[in-house]
Amino acid sequence: MDAEQVTVGYEIPEQEFTITRADLVRYAGASGDFNVIHWNERVAREVGLPNVIAHGMFTMGLAIRVVTDWVGDPSAVVEYSCRFTRPVPVPDDSVGTVLTVSAKVTELLDSNRAVISLTAKNDGVTVLGKARAVVTLPA
Amino acid sequence: MAINTEFIGRTYPATAPYAVGREKIREFARSLGDANPAYFDVAAAQAAGHTDLVAPPTFAIVISMGSGEQVVFDPELGLDYTRVVHGDQRFVHHRPILAGDELSCVVSVDDIRTVAGNDMITVKTEITDSFGAPVSTVYSLLLSRGEE
Repeated sequence: MDAEQVTVGYEIPEQEFTITRADLVRYAGASGDFNVIHWNERVAREVGLPNVIAHGMFTMGLAIRVVTDWVGDPSAVVEYSCRFTRPVPVPDDSVGTVLTVSAKVTELLDSNRAVISLTAKNDGVTVLGKARAVVTLPA
Repeated sequence: MAINTEFIGRTYPATAPYAVGREKIREFARSLGDANPAYFDVAAAQAAGHTDLVAPPTFAIVISMGSGEQVVFDPELGLDYTRVVHGDQRFVHHRPILAGDELSCVVSVDDIRTVAGNDMITVKTEITDSFGAPVSTVYSLLLSRGEE
């Protein structure tokens, strides 16, 4: 990226991430979040969910890759927040489901920082609300 | 049982230090399918000005979730954990989390609200290093869905 080209409205390249059941098992192990709704379809349906759902934190962790891939050094992300507005159901097949993430610069702050607004969609539905990151741009 | 709003402002004792390991950072990054060299290659992280591997932006949840359990499972709080979903999440990084860090958490109850029959609690975790310097502030809003 070239920080001098970054202006309000600048669009960061969109990315698609495929999520399968195996990814959720791997994330459960890595994060320590073993909530059964992320791996057990029977329990997920019993509590009224459409299927096993992805960890909100997994979706949030995938989405910020759009920003860290763009900026390079992940420590540039000094703030990151979102709401978990819709679940991401993950089917029991080898295809999985797709998360599409786009992002754009919505504000430039002092100290070479930019506010980035992220949009994460699954099956055409926005799944993260008010997803926002503050990034220190390379000098 | 209704949630106990007297918990607002309550602060819990600092947790025992969490030692951030290189392999844990690599495992976490791999689980996100993220091959950024800052998570895997010490020389690359050092070339970018860090002392060791950098943790991904959401890695702090690994540390804060464990420390937050002392609040959400506190029986006096009255939160029905079987009905809890993650509502909001916010990270404020004062400096990056790096392999080799020894991090402690001080957890407090930032806010409790009941909206449309749903109990909402915001747990705040202040993560500090072994020198007591601030590393990250993590806010997690948990929502307990009301009985139908």
